[in-house]
Parts: sequence; structure tokens; C-alpha cells
Amino acid sequence: MNDRGDARAWLVVPAILIVGVLFAYPVSWLLARSVTEPVVGPQNFKQLIETPVYLKALWNTILISGSVTLVCVLLGYPLAYTMAHAGERLRRLLIFVVLIPFWSSILVRTFAWMVLLQQKGLINKTLTDYLGLIDQPLTLIYNRTGVLIGMSHVLLPFMVLPLYSVLTRIEPSLTQAAASLGAPPHRNFLRIYLPLSLPGLVAGGVLVFVIGLGYYITPALLGGPGDTMIAQLIEMQIADFGNWGLAGALAVILLLGTTTTFVFVSRSLIGVR
Amino acid sequence: MTGAYPERLWPSLRAAFCLAVIVFLVSPMVIVAIVSFSSAPFLTFPPPGLSLQWYRKLASSSVWLDAIATSATIMVPSATVATAAGTAAAVGLARARIPGAGLIASLIMAPMIVPVIITAAAMLGVFRAWGLQGTRAGLILAHTTLAIPYVVFTVLAALRLVDDRLESAALTLGATRWRAFWRVTFPLILPAVLSGLLFAMVISFDELVVSIFLSSPTVRPVTVQMWSDVRGDVDPTIAAIGTLLLAFSVCALLLETALNRQRTRPLETAGTGPKTGPRTGPRTGPRTGPRTVPRAAR
Repeated sequence: MNDRGDARAWLVVPAILIVGVLFAYPVSWLLARSVTEPVVGPQNFKQLIETPVYLKALWNTILISGSVTLVCVLLGYPLAYTMAHAGERLRRLLIFVVLIPFWSSILVRTFAWMVLLQQKGLINKTLTDYLGLIDQPLTLIYNRTGVLIGMSHVLLPFMVLPLYSVLTRIEPSLTQAAASLGAPPHRNFLRIYLPLSLPGLVAGGVLVFVIGLGYYITPALLGGPGDTMIAQLIEMQIADFGNWGLAGALAVILLLGTTTTFVFVSRSLIGVR
Repeated sequence: MTGAYPERLWPSLRAAFCLAVIVFLVSPMVIVAIVSFSSAPFLTFPPPGLSLQWYRKLASSSVWLDAIATSATIMVPSATVATAAGTAAAVGLARARIPGAGLIASLIMAPMIVPVIITAAAMLGVFRAWGLQGTRAGLILAHTTLAIPYVVFTVLAALRLVDDRLESAALTLGATRWRAFWRVTFPLILPAVLSGLLFAMVISFDELVVSIFLSSPTVRPVTVQMWSDVRGDVDPTIAAIGTLLLAFSVCALLLETALNRQRTRPLETAGTGPKTGPRTGPRTGPRTGPRTVPRAAR
């Protein structure tokens, strides 16, 4: 019986083969293009650094991802707090509500925002016709505002879920002790609760930021010409110019940004040995 | 001391704020569903009346029906293979002593972490050379690869809650390794395996970025068809197909929630109450059985 124990090691082989051949090999091939195409050398990275359009897209990517992370923290913290301290039924309902967008197609959600944000969309109609607050409709789509709204909507669950799981583990007796010792609520929150919730806040924030870096669909549909992000640049290099070398260089930069940030927190998130 | 006002004011402010956030999360989906039943000839909200015209148009459109058939014929094989390979890998990772297990786990999880635009571009480059670009087989293989990490992740989490000593007990009672797994461990992780299957199905059906790169005019999944239409003239047919996609996701989520409730019940009670201890057996209990077998045994 004992010598059969390790036979189960063979069970990982099919998955390794599939991921190795169909994923790891193609990705390595793409990354290698960055220094081999059109000739061997660092020319693609040099071109990236010297072209203002590309630098602006890199800066856009960081700025948009950062802003979305901030929006998600502001919207997600109160929601996660309420979820963590709600009764059983409300908690289940709220988790379900957060999970619906988590499971549904990004394209459908982005399309929904196109319907809502357009010139004659529901939001503008409400503001002009129904409420009469403004005369001219606001430009909410094909610009930075649209990208931020759409991406925050798509990424909010990635903030709320890790934060919620940390908040439920905060010992209630700690804040009770602080209150009984005379700490006013705001101070109790700032000095006791907030520091204890920091791991969840960091995990959720890093997750949102990292996923945001590689986003393609939402900025492509809701953004304007000034909101091009790195993923769109990769698509353009391949589809429009067939420039695999530059696409590879952009992929190297995106992957470096993503993995370094992700490896930083992955141990606590995935917990794989 | 703070007065009574802020103490009453804060919770109600927080409740109002949370309500607004929930409306923000859910309303776009609700609005797509409402628009899909619109009687207007163009995309407008609120609709002047209700009708099923867009669903009728969908049902009579060969383009959309073909796209739905394409998505389904990609989803079924890719979700099946991903679930089988992913479950096997999870069992191997959780139970066997494998040299470099951490590295192998990272490799298998990588498609979940690497930005999908990189995966898409990379697959296009290589699949084109292999003659897989624009074929159903190429899309099936791509979706299988993307779904495997989600299955491994889900099943691995379940396996951590199942005591390996149960299988050892079956072995000492004379069961074969194969039989012990199927009769003891597998029933216990079945909800997680089904969860993984649902994940894999949703990932394949909703996948867009890789599909854009690998599809062709003849092999075009629903999401890619929708993508090309959204960028052109937008009519409520897209809302109808979007609503069908949402309905698919919500059904999958409801099923998953039901499975999940069954699966994590012991965990939840252990986490919230003072009932910790015996429930976490597999982790805290003394390790005996196959685990202690030296690696050189085989």
C-alpha cells in the first residue's frame, strides 16, 4: 500500500502538459519576440522608451489602475464592513449581490454602461429631463470618466471579497475593550479596527490594481483616444501593424509589473505550498 | 463623549451608502435585461413598452444561432477536460509528495494570473503556426487551459478539508487505492468538483479576449459576435443576447452557491463560533499513513 502512495504524483501530468504546451510555451515564445524581432537586440525596448505615445499609454495604465483601486477602496470598505457585521440572511444576500457581477460576462457589463452613460442614456436623461439639474448632457463615455466607472464596476468584487474575509476574522472583543476603556467610535475605528483590517485592504487593493493593469475590453469600449492602456497597445501592435517584437516588449513590461506585485501577496491569497 | 446624534447618524449614513453601492453593482445588469424586452426600434431607456421582438429576432437570426452553437460546442469539451485534468492535478498536488510541488502549482495556476491579453497574443502567435488559429479545436484547447487553474484552486481547497486518513483506513481494510479514492475521497470533494465544472463552463462561455484573437468569421463564439456588433451599430438584439449570457451566469452562480453551502458548512461553523478544534482535524491532527512514507518509496 505504501509504495503506491506516490503513484498519485502522476495525476498532475495531464494538467502540466496542457498548461505547459498550450500556455507556458506560447507565452515564452511571445516574450522572446521582444529581443529577437526583427533582429536580436534591445531595439524594441529602446523604441518603447523613446516614443512618447507608448510612454503615455504606460503612464495611463498605472494612473487608471491606481484611480480604480482608490475608487474600489472607497466604495468597497463600507460595503465589506456592512457585510461582515450583518445578520446571517442579509450577509448571504449581500455576498450574492457582490458575486453576480463577479460571475457575469465583462462584455455584457461594459455594454450595460454604454447604454447607461451615452449622450441620451439613462443618467443624462435623469439629470436633464427628469430632474432638470443640468441643461447640457454630460460627456460620460469615450473618456476617462467612462473608463473609471466601468472598470470600478468590474473590479469592485475583487476588493470587497478579500476585505470581507479579513473583516469577519477581527475579534469583536478588541473594539469592545477599546470602547469600554473610553475610546470614542471614530478613534476606536482608526486605532483598532482599521489597522486590523489592513491585510484585507492591501490584498484587495493589490488584486484590483494588478488585474486593472492588464484590462482590455472595458477601456477599449468606454475610453477615448486619450485613454489607451497597455493591453490595447499590444492588440494594436499585433492586429494593425504585425509588430510582434514591440508587442513582446510590451508584454514583458506588463508581465513584470503584474507578477512582481502579485507574487508579493500570492502566498497569503492562494496559500499554495 | 460623542453625542447621540453621530452614533445614530453613522449607521444610517453607512446603510444609505451601501445601498447606493449595491445599486451601482446591480443596476447595469437589470437595465440590460429591461432593455432586451423593449418595444422600441432602437436602444432607449426606459422602454416605451414591452415586447419579445428582440428575442424573436435572435431566434430567427442564423448568425446568432450559429454563434450560440459554436459557444456551446466549445464549452462542453473544454469544461469537461479542464475539470478532469484540474481535479486530477489537485489530488496529485494535495496528496502525493512531488519534488518541486510549489513550482508545479505555480505553473498550473499561471493562466489565472498572467494578464489575459498576453495569453491571447501568445496563443495567436503559436496557434497560427500550428494551424489551430480560427479553428474550433484551437478555441477548445485555449479555453481548457484558461479554466484549469480555477478547477485546481476549487478542488484543492476542498481536499484540504478532507482527512487523508479516511482513505488510509479504506486501504487498511483491503480497498485498492483506486477504489478507496472513488468510494471515500471523491464523494467528499464532489461538490467542489462540480463547482469547478461550473467555473470552467462560465469561463468558456463568457471568454472574450482570447476568443477575439483565435476566432475566424466561420468559427465565432457568442461573445466575439457581440463584441463586433457592440463596436458597430448597437441595437437591442445585443441586449437580448446579453440577457441570455447574464441568465446563464446567474444560474451557474445559484447552483454554485447551493453546492458551496453544502461544502463549507463545517468550515463556517468552525470559523465563527467556539467550535474550532476537532473540525479542523486534517490540519491539526497527527499525520500518519501514506504521508509519512519517504519519497524514495517508489
